[in-house]
Amino acid sequence: MPTPSKHWREIPQRYRLEAGKCTRCGYVAFPPRLVCPECGNREFAPVKLAETGTLLTYTVVRVAPGGFEDEAPYAVGIAELADGVKLTAQVADCAFADLKVGLKVRLEFRKLSEDGAAGVIAYGYKFVPA
Amino acid sequence: MAGIVGYGAYIPRHRIKVEEIAKVWGADAPSYKKGLMLEEKSVPSPDQDTITMSVEASKRAIKRAGIDPREIGAVYVGSESHPYAVKPSGTVVAEALGATPDCHTADFEFACKAGTEGMFVALNLVKAGAVKYGLAVGADTSQGAPGDALEYSASAGAAAYLFGNDDLLAEEVATCAFMTDTPDFWRREYQYYPRHGGRFTGDPAYFKHIIGAAEDILSKTGLKPPDFAYAVFHQPNGKFPFRVGEMLGFSKKQIETGWLVNKLGNTYSGSSPLGLTAILDAAKPADLILMVSYGSGAGSDAFIWRVTPRIEEVRSLAPRTRDLLDGDKVYLEYGAYAKFRRKIRKAE
Amino acid sequence: MRDVAVIGVGMAKWGELWEKSLRSVFVESALLALEDAGVDRIDSMVVGCMSSGLFVGQEHLGSLLSDYLGRAPVPAARVESACASGGLALRQGFLEVASGMADIVLVGGVEKMTDVTGCEATYALGTAADQEYEGFHGLTFPALYAMMAVAHMHAYGTTREQLAMVAVKNHDNGSKNPLAQFPVKISVEAVLNSVLVADPLRILDCSPITDGAAAVILCPAEMAGKFKTPGVRIAGTGQATDTIALSSRKDLCWLESTRVAAKKALAMAGRKVEDMHFFEVHDCFTIAEIMVMEALGLVPKGAGGKAVAEGLTRLDGKFPVNPSGGLKAKGHPVGATGVAQAVEAVKQLRGEAGPRQVKGARRGLTQNMGGTGGSSVVHVFEAM
Repeated sequence: MPTPSKHWREIPQRYRLEAGKCTRCGYVAFPPRLVCPECGNREFAPVKLAETGTLLTYTVVRVAPGGFEDEAPYAVGIAELADGVKLTAQVADCAFADLKVGLKVRLEFRKLSEDGAAGVIAYGYKFVPA
Repeated sequence: MAGIVGYGAYIPRHRIKVEEIAKVWGADAPSYKKGLMLEEKSVPSPDQDTITMSVEASKRAIKRAGIDPREIGAVYVGSESHPYAVKPSGTVVAEALGATPDCHTADFEFACKAGTEGMFVALNLVKAGAVKYGLAVGADTSQGAPGDALEYSASAGAAAYLFGNDDLLAEEVATCAFMTDTPDFWRREYQYYPRHGGRFTGDPAYFKHIIGAAEDILSKTGLKPPDFAYAVFHQPNGKFPFRVGEMLGFSKKQIETGWLVNKLGNTYSGSSPLGLTAILDAAKPADLILMVSYGSGAGSDAFIWRVTPRIEEVRSLAPRTRDLLDGDKVYLEYGAYAKFRRKIRKAE
Repeated sequence: MRDVAVIGVGMAKWGELWEKSLRSVFVESALLALEDAGVDRIDSMVVGCMSSGLFVGQEHLGSLLSDYLGRAPVPAARVESACASGGLALRQGFLEVASGMADIVLVGGVEKMTDVTGCEATYALGTAADQEYEGFHGLTFPALYAMMAVAHMHAYGTTREQLAMVAVKNHDNGSKNPLAQFPVKISVEAVLNSVLVADPLRILDCSPITDGAAAVILCPAEMAGKFKTPGVRIAGTGQATDTIALSSRKDLCWLESTRVAAKKALAMAGRKVEDMHFFEVHDCFTIAEIMVMEALGLVPKGAGGKAVAEGLTRLDGKFPVNPSGGLKAKGHPVGATGVAQAVEAVKQLRGEAGPRQVKGARRGLTQNMGGTGGSSVVHVFEAM
């Protein structure tokens, strides 16, 4: 059972979508990182990700990993956000038959997981149909 | 002059009909529907709780207010279904909105009136000049015990209000409270479901306190029911708000706009706050609105709001409550509902 | 740099080996390899294993396996590159011999996956993905590859049937491999009717959970003649990395790390991909084999599905892919796979593959991959 620090550290990203934009080439790193993978620059300006996008791909997870058993089946997808960044997340509130490449989505604050009935609850973002 | 600078609502998409619940428990659906004036209620999905709904409702309030969340000086979340018994919902909400770290936060609890209690406090902190903006949310994902009458109505939703001193969309005209120690509905620590006193929850509880608070605020301000464009009362079922409204001298027409319960269910701490959002979605400048909440235990908070011209500029910046209520609904069968609401006992 | 040869291979039957522990699984295959080579001494050991810590709570495999082989104080390293751990172990062993640091090197791969529940195994395998931005959201490996499949199908019109044909072909081959976990044929219908794991991938599109090990013995090519069986030369090795998260890739259905690793290995061997007579590739999921074929340059981008449908990759086809049965039929004890690919390559090039023999095989390529293509390791083998 991980201590709370592992999740707490990612809060600025999970709650507020805080990213870093390379000051030299404009690459947006989410999560933020120390070295730009495009140009090697070490300086980034704080930015927030766009909250709407389009699904590039998706699937329905029917065999879930530990901790997600009760949620299966659930949809996941990769969307290209309005700012060009590609993001992976669950797709909530969407009938599986309505999933398609090109589906317009927006980000909504949801519970991502919880560490049993007594552990810390992890919150973050999921896609919902826009 | 202090008042509302932003408001926002959140209602989950899933619903369950009265007939579906009645079917499982062998109850007579038509008599429940008629007796409670209830058709269906909202159901939170397993990844939604008081915190997630509060965050989304608050973001909508901030959108309408058009302010920088860093200027929010207080965040209060009122609920009777906070995800943690110890660790406030308010910190997650404040963090998600970007209001931290210089922000007061606490969770409120007073059965169904926890939301309006938070509203009273946030409003007055702003009035006193202690904070520039104060946020109060009423949100719940309350449980009704399986097979109990309350299972037909206990639902989920959130309403958020941002208070300030300038650029108001509705001014506060007056507030008051009416509170006694009345054990009509309660839940002991470590109990999963609440208990209630049956018919005792009517006259000595709901009606006494709403009427008490309403009469106090009307007499305090010298206003009379016909002066109001709208009235919204706590909505535990479809009948009570109309009956108490009638007892106070309000017409059906004044109550209809904020009456969501027949399709929404009782969102507990979100009940009259959500009703108010639906009214603000429709109200015209200079309209007077009476809002009286009720929380078991027991007490009522009364507020009188006067709508300003600014409402027309900002109302469309976030989804309307009736659109959230009526659009894109997904109906559940009882099995899926029981699974979502964790009423099914699983292996440890 | 010296030329390197494989002079011994060993692999016991793969499957759900309830009676065998990680250490016994490894030792059994290692001993088979040592016997096949006819060597006494080993100078060094490299072991590929993805997740012994999560599966059986055991790390420090170098020490454990050297101890249990009775070889302490031989230096031993455990390397990890998710599902490419075995291929990476081969590469590291190759480098030790090529550099002159060691003469006889035992390269092994092992994974013991059945001491945990299916859910726990899915979690352990999921650690090959981006933990915080993929795994944390409930993504599994089947889900990640399913998303690559959806993107591939959307971009190129690859069909569900074409994916199924990959599994059918691999089982055709695997049915001829007595060491395979599932040495049985299957039909396209069976694949299409099998239970969904992550749409559109079904259980028969997915490589199984397997216990197993494989081992090879390396030595300098000039020394190979001294040993029992003819050596097979490792003519080229290449490795490449790519972003760990699928969403960071420029193309969601292209395996760039495989393209780069293959280019390097082939360049080192002075060969082109068309010169290869067979390919042992990483078909963790049916869609993976299709994308690998494209990344290797066997077929144009997007044409992988069509090539499979036309039978080009069958044992008797233009470019036989996975004569061993691939991960699908042979099994996928994660860390062992890359080494088992080498075992098959060597057997093919010695002419010892029996009913699976690719006729006239003189050169072969193995491709082992980690995660959704975050790493790839490619080797080129040539008969000496």
